[in-house]
Amino acid sequence: MVKIKKNIAVSDTGFLFNPMTGDSFSVNPIGQEIIRAFQEEKGEEEILEEILEAYRVDRSTAEKDLLDFKKMLAHYKLID
Amino acid sequence: MKEKEMEKKSYERPVIKPLNSGLMNKFGTRTEYTPVTHIDGVSVKSLIEEYGSPLFVFSERKIRENIRDAKRIFETRYPKVQFAWSYKTNYLNAICRTFHQEGSWAEVVSIFEYHKAVSNGVPPEKILFNGPDKTDEDLRISVKNDSLIHIDHLDELYRLIEIAGEMHKKPRVAIRVNMDTGVYPIWDRFGFNYENGQAWDAINKIMAGDKLNLIGLHCHIGTYMLTPSAYGIAASKMADLALGIKRRYKKNISYIDIGGGFASKNTLKGSYQLGTDAVPDISEYAEQIAGSLLNAGFDTDELPYLYLETGRALIDDAGFLLGTVISNKRLSDGRRSTIMDFGVNILFTAFWYDHKVSPAQEFSRFTEDTVLYGPLCMNIDVIRENVTLPPLNAGDHVVVHFVGAYNITQSMQFIALRPNVVMIDLKGESHIIRKAETMDDVERNERIPAHLENFKL
Ligand SMILES: Cc1ncc(COP(=O)(O)O)c(C=O)c1O
Repeated sequence: MVKIKKNIAVSDTGFLFNPMTGDSFSVNPIGQEIIRAFQEEKGEEEILEEILEAYRVDRSTAEKDLLDFKKMLAHYKLID
Repeated sequence: MKEKEMEKKSYERPVIKPLNSGLMNKFGTRTEYTPVTHIDGVSVKSLIEEYGSPLFVFSERKIRENIRDAKRIFETRYPKVQFAWSYKTNYLNAICRTFHQEGSWAEVVSIFEYHKAVSNGVPPEKILFNGPDKTDEDLRISVKNDSLIHIDHLDELYRLIEIAGEMHKKPRVAIRVNMDTGVYPIWDRFGFNYENGQAWDAINKIMAGDKLNLIGLHCHIGTYMLTPSAYGIAASKMADLALGIKRRYKKNISYIDIGGGFASKNTLKGSYQLGTDAVPDISEYAEQIAGSLLNAGFDTDELPYLYLETGRALIDDAGFLLGTVISNKRLSDGRRSTIMDFGVNILFTAFWYDHKVSPAQEFSRFTEDTVLYGPLCMNIDVIRENVTLPPLNAGDHVVVHFVGAYNITQSMQFIALRPNVVMIDLKGESHIIRKAETMDDVERNERIPAHLENFKL
């Protein structure tokens, strides 16, 4: 289960701030949805289904991208 | 099902990007990732569907616009102007013929290019033959055809004098001159030097022998020259030689050929300004050249013709390379890299330019810094070390800009076959101007010794 660090907030405009480090980021709308879903403690499979339901995209593309996004969240030290 | 698909939102990969102001895109502009969905009204998607990816696309409209603009700019500043299309820049016949239809002669640097010009229908007396490597046979052909021979070095000069004698014909010649124009390094490996007197040695040799008809002076001071004043200096020095010849030998030089070298709108690697902002307008070069020639002291009725061999500045922005994303990869340092279906094999100029790359479909405003790689399995195969692009998915298309000069002529058949080249005409119709290579094209000239024909594995 991916856990987004505490205190991290994403604004509706896609501005993400990490108060622990002072780093800020911009996140595109689908990225925001994914972060929120992680915050709601949804599992990856569930998030993937939601993406497939909402967007015109095939499963393998969405899965690859989700995996990559998760790596980037880890790279920027935004998950525990 | 179909309807349900339509109700869904269009997809974009999730992206997160650090916002550190210190690392902002150094250009501070967004022009790079404004999508380019059409070229001359034809959609990129339909072009790729019809002709495959990657694909070179040339705009006939843009070529004609460029040469007409350049002619107007020079002709409004100087009364006698003649352009000659520099074949090496792009010698696809359809491209050359577009320039010839616009009145350009041909400038060639090898007998291969010479024959191409002849078979395109250029009258041989309107071919300027440059270059250091003309064989005796090449010289005989050009003498017989009365082409304009631009002599590059003393060995060529002596051989040509001999050949002219044998053929009982007086060839029309120019000498190539190199000089200090304040831009370094000086291109002094071609032609005769102005400052150290070599140019005069060559002129005196020609005039003393009476075997050659010296009617022109040629120079080509460099390529992608960002300093218009260098052309003012070059034109002055050429005029000085022409007037000196008039004084010493009572002979009028009928043309001064200033060569090529005007910068195109590309961005040189390492430059902190985008090419479109940093590069002088053709009018700035024209101002310098015309100014020097008009003020040099020629009698009005003896003004020499100005010949121009402009290459890249007339064709770069008329050429586009369309390509497709193969895959995205995360590098070990977290940077995104994108692998394209074209590499430096067909985009040779990626070695010296930061080519502008646009996505060919609409995106949101989110962007990511990306390394763009070609598909060649070689470390050198880098299209852009760092480019800001919206998130591209496998299968998405991009448009690479300003690729019209030197890529077609310098492309390599390496690892993959070379793709189709099409031209969009003035009515928006596309035509193949060079078909994609086939296995047969590549292997036609190979031979297999009998003992290597068979093997068992
Ligand atoms: C003799 C000569 N003329 C013209 C050109 C065309 O130069 P450019 O494409 O820089 O205008 C070249 C290119 O190197 C050249 O060598």
